[in-house]
Amino acid sequence: YDHLARVLNKILDERPENVVDMFEELSRDIKRSQFSKKMDTLRDEPESSAAFDLAEIQKVLFGKGGAEGSEGQEEELVETPLPNVMELAFYFEQAGVGLSREETYCIYLALKQLVDSQPLQKCRFWGKILGTQGNYIVAEVEYREGEEEEEEGGEEGIHEAEKDYGKDDVEDKERQEDLDPLPKSNYKPPPVVPKEDNHTGVNKFTYFVCSEPGKPWIKLPQLTPAHIVAAREIKKFFTGHLDTPIVSCPPFPGNEAAYLRAQIARISAGTHISPLGFYHFGEEEGEEEEEAVRDSFEENPDFEGTPVGELVHNSTWVHHVQHILPQGRCVWVNLAQKKEDDFEEGEEEEEKEVEPDEPEPEVGPPLLTPVSEDAEINNTPPWTGRLSSDLIPQYAVAVMKSNLWPGAYAFATGKQFENIYLGWGHKYSAENYSPPAPALLQQEYPSGPEITEVDDPSVEEEQALKAALEEQKAAMEEMEDMEEEEEEDD
Amino acid sequence: MDFRSLHFSLDLVAGSGLVLSPEQKATLQTSLVILKRNYKFTRVVFWGKILGIKADYYIAQGIGHDEMSDKKTLYSLNCMEWNLLPPATKTMIDETSVIKGLFLGDPSHDYEHIEMSKDEEGHEAQEEEITVKIKEEQRLAAAISLIDKEAAVVPRGAYIKTPHGHVHTNRSFEGLSVSDAGKLSSYFHFAEPVHLKQKSLLEKADLDPSMDFMDSLENDIPKGSWSLQFEKGSSVLVLRSLLWGGLTFFHIPMTPQHGYIYMGTGLKNIDLPFML
Repeated sequence: YDHLARVLNKILDERPENVVDMFEELSRDIKRSQFSKKMDTLRDEPESSAAFDLAEIQKVLFGKGGAEGSEGQEEELVETPLPNVMELAFYFEQAGVGLSREETYCIYLALKQLVDSQPLQKCRFWGKILGTQGNYIVAEVEYREGEEEEEEGGEEGIHEAEKDYGKDDVEDKERQEDLDPLPKSNYKPPPVVPKEDNHTGVNKFTYFVCSEPGKPWIKLPQLTPAHIVAAREIKKFFTGHLDTPIVSCPPFPGNEAAYLRAQIARISAGTHISPLGFYHFGEEEGEEEEEAVRDSFEENPDFEGTPVGELVHNSTWVHHVQHILPQGRCVWVNLAQKKEDDFEEGEEEEEKEVEPDEPEPEVGPPLLTPVSEDAEINNTPPWTGRLSSDLIPQYAVAVMKSNLWPGAYAFATGKQFENIYLGWGHKYSAENYSPPAPALLQQEYPSGPEITEVDDPSVEEEQALKAALEEQKAAMEEMEDMEEEEEEDD
Repeated sequence: MDFRSLHFSLDLVAGSGLVLSPEQKATLQTSLVILKRNYKFTRVVFWGKILGIKADYYIAQGIGHDEMSDKKTLYSLNCMEWNLLPPATKTMIDETSVIKGLFLGDPSHDYEHIEMSKDEEGHEAQEEEITVKIKEEQRLAAAISLIDKEAAVVPRGAYIKTPHGHVHTNRSFEGLSVSDAGKLSSYFHFAEPVHLKQKSLLEKADLDPSMDFMDSLENDIPKGSWSLQFEKGSSVLVLRSLLWGGLTFFHIPMTPQHGYIYMGTGLKNIDLPFML
C-alpha cells in the first residue's frame, strides 16, 4: 500500500484540480520517480571484482608453456604422468558422480601445470574436499626415484632444537636440586611412535592441494602416526585455509594442513579399490614369514578385464592401499623395549618375538584383500555396487559407492578403473559423535595398609584388647617363673 | 530447482560432487513434462536425490497456486514412474526421528522400532513393548519436509506475499548485487517464519511486509551452519548447508537465477556443533 500512500500524499500536498481525472497520471509519475537508474554516467565502476582476479590467474593455465617450446612437447609425447582426466570424468559422469565439465577441465590444466613444475612419476586427481569457506582440490603424486625434495633437513633441524631444549631443562633441574630437592614426577609420557619413512606405508604418496585450479599447488606435510590417531578421534569441518589451527578435544597436533593430510590418508586406506587381478604381487615369495608385510605390487600385464556384471559384487574388488593399524602406521612397531637412552627408540629394531609382557603386534588385513571382507557398520554393507545405466546395460559402467566414507566412488569398465573422493572428508557413523572421555585420574600414592583409613577402635574394643593383653602378660610371667624354677633346679 | 532450467543449473551446483548422469537428465526431462500435465501443476521443481543403500530416490515437487503451502511431493526410483508421497504429519516426523541409519532404497521396507510404554494400573507398573512399524515411504516424506522446513533457501525479494496471504514469484526480481549476495541476511528460509514474530517493533518497522515475511538465515543456530562461497570468482554464489549435508543453493548475482537442490543421504548432521 506504499504506492497508494505516496499518491495520496502528493495529492494532499499539491491539491491540483480535477484530481479524479489526473489520478492515473499522478500514479504513473510517482512510479517513474521511484525508478532508480543503475547507470551512473559520470563514473566507471572502479571495483575489480574477484571474478576478474581469478580469471587473470586462470588465464595463465590456458597459455602454453613459454620458453621450452619444442623440447617440452617431445617429452610429453613420450610419457606423461598426467592422467586423462576428461576420460575418467566421462565415466564418472555416467555414474552420477563428478564435477561440472568446465571445472574438470580447469582441474586438468592445473594438474598439467603441476606435472610441468615438479619431477613426478605418477600423478592422479584424487578428489575434492569441501570446506566451509573454501574447497580443496587434491592431487596424489609420486615422485620420480631420487628426485625427492629435501625435507630431511627440516626434520633434523627440529630434532636438534628438541635436543637443545632437553639440555636446558636438565640445567634448570640441577640448579633446583642444589636448593631443595623437588619431588620428581613419575609420569613418563607414552613413547612417541616413530613416523614411517617416505615412500612407505602411509607416506607412500605425496599430496598437493590447491583451492581453485590456477592457484599455486601447496604440498601437504608428511604424516606422523600421532596425526592419524588424533584424527580418528575428532570430527571437524575444513575451513579452506591451510593454516587454521584445529581446536578440539583431544588436542590435534597440527593445523588444518596436517588434519587434511590425515583424513586423505584414512580415506585412501579405506576406499581405494581396484578390480581383482588388476594388480598382483611382484614375485611369489617362497615362505611367508608371519610378519612380512607385502607393500608393493605391480600392474598385472595379463589382466584381461572383468565383465561389468561381475564388477557389481563386493568380491571382485580389492584394496590396493595398506590398511592403517590402530597405532597409526601401516607396519607395526614394537615400542615396549628397554631403552637406555631416550633418543634411541625402536626405529630399527622390530622384534618379531612376542613375549607375554609385551604388547601384541597389531595386524591389519594384508594388501589386496577383497572388499567383501570389509566390516559392516550398523547393518549396512560397506560398499554398494551398481551399474550406471539400467536402460543400456551393454555399455554401462560398474560403480562402487562407499557407505563408510560417503563421497568415495570407484568405477571400472573393461580394463580401466579409477577411484575418486568428492565430499566433506568425514566418515559415516550411525551414532552421534561424542568426544572421548578424559583419562582416569592418576593415583598419587599406592594405597596400602599404612595409609588406608581405619576406624578408631571403640571403648569396648580397647578394654577387651587390654584385658587380652593382660592375660597374655600374666601367662608369659607364669611361663618365665616356671622356666626360672627349672633353671634353678638344674 | 525449476526443471526447465535443469541443464545449466546442475552445472552450477556440481561443485559438491554430485551430478546427474546424462541418462537421468534425459529421463527427467520427459517424465517431468508429463507429470506437470497429469497433475496440473503450475510449476514442477526437481527437488533432488536421496541416496540409499540399494537404490536412490529422485524427488520432484509440484507447486500449485501458492508457492509455499500448495506443494506436492513425488518420488521415483528410476526417474520415469512417479509416486505421490503422503504429506508429512507431526506424528510421522516424531516417529521417524528415532530411526538411525541410511535409507535402504526400498519404499515398502518396514522399520521396526520398539517403544517401551509404562502403564501404571493400580500399584503395579507394567511395561509394554509396542513395536511401531514405520514404512520407508513415511520416513522419506518426513525427511523431505524437515529439509524443506529447515534448509530451503530463497534470496530476498524473489517471492512476494500478497495481502491475501498468497505467495508468488516476484517477476521483477532482478537478482541480488554482489555485495548483498555475500551476506547471509539476504537469504531466507522458504517456510513459515518462526523467529520473525519475536522481533522487536523497531526492527519490524524496517521490514517490507511483502518481501520480508520469512526467517533470515542469519539467525540460525548454531552460527556458521551455512557455508557461503563464491565460485569462479564472484560469478556464482553457492550456499551449502552444513546441517543437512548435501543441500546446495546457488544464485547468480544480478540475474534472477536461483535454485536449490538436495543430493545426499537424507540424514541430519547432528554432530555439527562438534565440527565447527
